Amino acid sequence: MANKKGSEKEFSRRDFLKTTGAATGGIIGGSLLGGLVGFNLNDSSGSESQTSEDTASEESSGSNGGTTDNARMFFHNDTDFDTVTAAMERIFPESDVGPGAEELGCAYYLDGQLMGQYGFNSKEYMQGPFEEALPTQGYQSNLNRRDYFMLGIRKLNEEANSRHDANFADLEAGQMDEILTDFQEGNVDLDVPSHTATSSYFFTMLRSATIEGAYADPVYRGNRDMAGWKMKQFPGHQMSYIQYIEDDEFHEIEPLPVYGMGH
Amino acid sequence: MATTLDKVDVVTVGVGWTGGIIAAEATKAGLSVVGLERGVKRGTEDYQHVHDELKYAVRYELMQDISKETLTFRNSPDEKALPMRQQGSFLLGENLGGAGTHWNGQTWRFLPYDFEIRSMTEERYGAEKLKDERGYQIEDWGITYDELEPYFNTFEKTAGISGEENPLGGHRSEPYPTPPMLKSKTLKMFEEAAKGLELDPIMMPSANLSEQYENPDGQTINACQYCAFCERFGCEYGAKSSPEVTVIPKAQESDDFTLRLNANVVEIITDEDDDSKVSGVKFVDTITGEEFIQPADVVALTSYVFNNYKLLAVSDIGEQYDPETGEGTLGRNYCYQIFGGASGFFDEQFNTFMGAGSLGMALDNYNGDNFDHSDLDFLHGGNIAITQTGARPILSNTVPEGTPSWGEEFKEASIHNYTRTLRVQGQGCTLPHRDNYLSMDEDYNDAYGVPLVRLTYNFKEQDKNNSAFLVERCAEILEEMGAKEILKDGELGDYDIVPYQSTHNTGGTTMGASPDNSVVNNYLQHWDRDNLFVVGAGNFQHNSGYNPTATVGALAYRCAEGIIRYAEDGGRLE
Repeated sequence: MANKKGSEKEFSRRDFLKTTGAATGGIIGGSLLGGLVGFNLNDSSGSESQTSEDTASEESSGSNGGTTDNARMFFHNDTDFDTVTAAMERIFPESDVGPGAEELGCAYYLDGQLMGQYGFNSKEYMQGPFEEALPTQGYQSNLNRRDYFMLGIRKLNEEANSRHDANFADLEAGQMDEILTDFQEGNVDLDVPSHTATSSYFFTMLRSATIEGAYADPVYRGNRDMAGWKMKQFPGHQMSYIQYIEDDEFHEIEPLPVYGMGH
Repeated sequence: MATTLDKVDVVTVGVGWTGGIIAAEATKAGLSVVGLERGVKRGTEDYQHVHDELKYAVRYELMQDISKETLTFRNSPDEKALPMRQQGSFLLGENLGGAGTHWNGQTWRFLPYDFEIRSMTEERYGAEKLKDERGYQIEDWGITYDELEPYFNTFEKTAGISGEENPLGGHRSEPYPTPPMLKSKTLKMFEEAAKGLELDPIMMPSANLSEQYENPDGQTINACQYCAFCERFGCEYGAKSSPEVTVIPKAQESDDFTLRLNANVVEIITDEDDDSKVSGVKFVDTITGEEFIQPADVVALTSYVFNNYKLLAVSDIGEQYDPETGEGTLGRNYCYQIFGGASGFFDEQFNTFMGAGSLGMALDNYNGDNFDHSDLDFLHGGNIAITQTGARPILSNTVPEGTPSWGEEFKEASIHNYTRTLRVQGQGCTLPHRDNYLSMDEDYNDAYGVPLVRLTYNFKEQDKNNSAFLVERCAEILEEMGAKEILKDGELGDYDIVPYQSTHNTGGTTMGASPDNSVVNNYLQHWDRDNLFVVGAGNFQHNSGYNPTATVGALAYRCAEGIIRYAEDGGRLE
């Protein structure tokens, strides 16, 4: 179930090659690769195929929808990512019934979302003028969600720094909850006009993203091992229930992802 | 400079249920039809991997791209309207098939009372019950149920609706074309409880078909598999009646039908020589940006409520409604849908994740004027139902009262109750009010430089009292069903455009017997332009306690008949 922790420990040859740029093949010659300390690769003609063979086992054990578990696209700063990971875990914590947001990969889900349509509000009306709204008039911010989330995440950590002289991710659960509650209730000033951003609306988005990350199809990088669905006894995406629909008894059905539907 | 295309007999603006029905019927009558659809083509082949709650139900994959066009909203005429920047309260459709692609398929006929609500209310309770002086603008529709019945029947046969006789509904000339759907346990519980309370539950009339069916046009609709992905999704089986599996392919069988995609109509053109007629429409190709004129003998506005209204307003056809003076009819009597219900928590687990969009049982004992309103502070009522549409995990997190909205307690309670919560809900009518209307915004434009529609809407006393009444009736049923705890909906507050409520927007281009209180006559022919027809839920003078599609479909068949008659004889239709 928890493959994230396992894969983090596997600092592999592939990771090394990636961080050094060696995996980009033709740029660095084989003789140079062969001289790298601790990685005795063979000659250049064999390095590429061997790399892919070596990583094949890692990918099958630690991959999810074609990405490695701990790959990120949006969050480049580790403190930001740790902050949002910790905050999501408080919103949807590990408990008797099963894993929490961290193990489910909710922050990776958000990382992917902020790179696309959701992050850029690209299917939403974003033309000005932007004005103070009544609560019934909905989102009127000039910010897209990428910027809105970053304002909120940085502020979570600033609050942790100023209240406890520590990073948010290092706080006790109760301390995190206190800060999150203040965000939820709109008690934290994000240092921008309220129609631009409020802590309470940031919290609303963070809560929604956490639940989405727990239960969206694994192709979106959360709901790892479909553990969110298993906890909730949601069978994912079945072709048909016509064979069960009239039954009085409850059916426990192993979940399937969208692209496991058997079409 | 716009390019002028060859003239056709009929042009439809939008190709969903109403445009598809008119295209199918007009081509059968030998007329040439161009269907202008601003979206793209789509069909069953596009829905083979559709069971993705995030993409379709949360991110609205099948819905309108409102970065290009939305509307502005305010609760009352003295407030500043601001753009609806994200879809929420209702979900506007887009592309071939329109909202008919992603509907649930609950296919109710409105009641006889609905069409003659003003006369019948006055007759039974006296004129004071209409509360005109409080701003209510309740109107007859200019057509009776009996006049519309044959068109309801035609629509149901086209769509193959699965259902059973409703003892509290209007007269039917024929039974439903297919038998009702299968009954799940939760439906059986509702049925037993309702009968115990001496109510009259029936299986919900459904466009998710109980068996494979070939309609009179020769189109086949498949049998529903209860896969639980209907509303906001397209059907991977072609088992949910939609325009793409019925009337659109029927029209496409004819060489007289041309479907033009990516064609966004921006203006209806009034005839230069005769201002009682239109000469065609102007549209923009959304791919190339080129402008075209499509001349036609008949123009049929067959897009959604807001866009039908908008095209009339920007084309200066008809008089805009003004709430101050009460003058004008265009934009008048916008209505919506209210709900009043309750959630019941049980110890037992149910297969809540299975189902279909219109798998449900319902009763009309508290709908229309099926019960005595003499001592009640509202008119009409609502259809009360239990549905098993398929609860999905992101959007199904009902928890008992007092549970926090996040943290361990929320997580445990939302997971525990996911399969242990049943909802009984009344879908209430809304009645028209002076201050609820459509007009054109003065500050915000769409991507084509055309102003946005401005919606002014709030719930009124009538709606709040109706909702509160329905809540109590639903709670009674849940108690009878054995719920261990019941969470009742709170009082209806101000209308809020953020949370999803219903895509049952109505009015603004109303129908009636007189141009004094309506935009079109009962053939949906515009009062000021003989060859312009406007059809859809915009024709409703109020919204009933039901889903609107059957009534929209019936009006579309009525409209098609009017267009064919007009094409033969011309003039005013009566």
